Formats: sequence, structure tokens, C-alpha cells
Amino acid sequence: MVEADEVLDCSGLVCPMPVLKSKQAMQKLAPGKVLKIISTDKGSKNDIPAWAKQMGFELLEMSEEDGKFIFYVKKPA
Amino acid sequence: MAEEKKKKKICIIVTKGTLDAAYPPLILASTAAGMDWEAHLFFTFYGLDIINKKKYKSLKVAPIANPAMPMPVPNIIGMLPGMTAMATMMMKNMMKKHNVPSIEELINICKEMGVKFYACQMTMDVMGCPESDLLPVVDACLGAAGFLDIASDADVTLFV
Repeated sequence: MVEADEVLDCSGLVCPMPVLKSKQAMQKLAPGKVLKIISTDKGSKNDIPAWAKQMGFELLEMSEEDGKFIFYVKKPA
Repeated sequence: MAEEKKKKKICIIVTKGTLDAAYPPLILASTAAGMDWEAHLFFTFYGLDIINKKKYKSLKVAPIANPAMPMPVPNIIGMLPGMTAMATMMMKNMMKKHNVPSIEELINICKEMGVKFYACQMTMDVMGCPESDLLPVVDACLGAAGFLDIASDADVTLFV
């Protein structure tokens, strides 16, 4: 089980907001730390992995439960 | 972010000033900036309305010749007075219901994220739009060569 250092809840937000909020949250995060992102936007399923790839962040885990998409993204150390 | 690697770059030419056409470039540019790309928007012809102080809050959706309306409106009815306002209100309500940011909010978000805004100088002259009518988010007024120079090494270029 992946442990998150910070949690970002983007529930109710739609494109482009989850990606933009994620970027802001990651900027505040220290290197090597993990951000948990929660989104209810179906587009996030593809958007967050694509964003992480572009940013050079590691997507440790993603899952879906009760219409919520959950991502664990690690900022490189 | 470290600067050792050149950032990816997107350049979008925005030529339309309807509410529905204003969304995609602003969403793409803000998202690109959110992925640490450089994003540049060039507003030309009717696209200039999106960065015009007097017009950007009242962009409209055209019900005429628009078969893609959620409730298709026959052109002859779309012509009636008030139909454009109604179609616009419908779309704004739909966007609000789904929590989509307004154009005004998106412009501010873009600016915060470092998206660059350019106005087409020729369009400004033709349409009689002085620089003082443009939103302060505009970085420069450029001609075609000026924008092409910026776009020449872009990774993604789009025309909306």
C-alpha cells in the first residue's frame, strides 16, 4: 500500500482544473514525497497519467472506487 | 523545475469569438502550462473579442447554422430576436452546472500559469480596437511574422 504525504481532493472539478490543481500541489511538495489526487472527472483517468508523464513524475498507483479516481504521484527525489 | 531541458511549446491561433470557440484554446493553453509547457495564444480576427475588455464577458453562442445545439433549433427560429441570448444562456448554465470555469476565470488561470497572450495588430487596426480596449493580460500586439517567429520551434501548433 502506497502512503501519501499530501492529499489533493479535486472532487467536483472538471477539465482542466484537476491537472492545474495537481500541478500547484506538486510545486509545494518536497522532492521524493507522494501526492494522493482524488478526482471525480472521468477525463482524469487519462489526464492525470498523461500529466504525470509530461512532468516526469512517477505514477505509483491508480484506482477507481465509487466514481472516484485515485492517483498516487511521486515527485522525483 | 530545472532548465537543463528545453520546455515543450504549444502555439494556438484563435480566430473565433463565440463562447463555444473560446473554451478549447484557453483549456488547452492552461493545461499545457500545467504540464510545464510554454503556451502562446495569438488572437486574431473575431478571436480578438476574447481579450477585449468590452466584449469578453458577453461572448455568445450562435443558434443559427449550428446543428450541434443540445436542443437543435431550426434556422428560421434561430433568426428570431432573443434566440442568440437564449442559446448563450443555455450554454452558460450547462457549463456552470458541470462546474466548468467561466471564460473570465480561465483567462485569469491561464495568466497565473504563465500563458502568453498576443493580439493581432492588423485585426486591431481593421476593427478599430485600440490597445487600451484589450485586457491587461495581453503581452504584446504582434503581426504574422512576430507570431510565426514565436511558433517556429513549437512542438504543437493549433488553429482554432
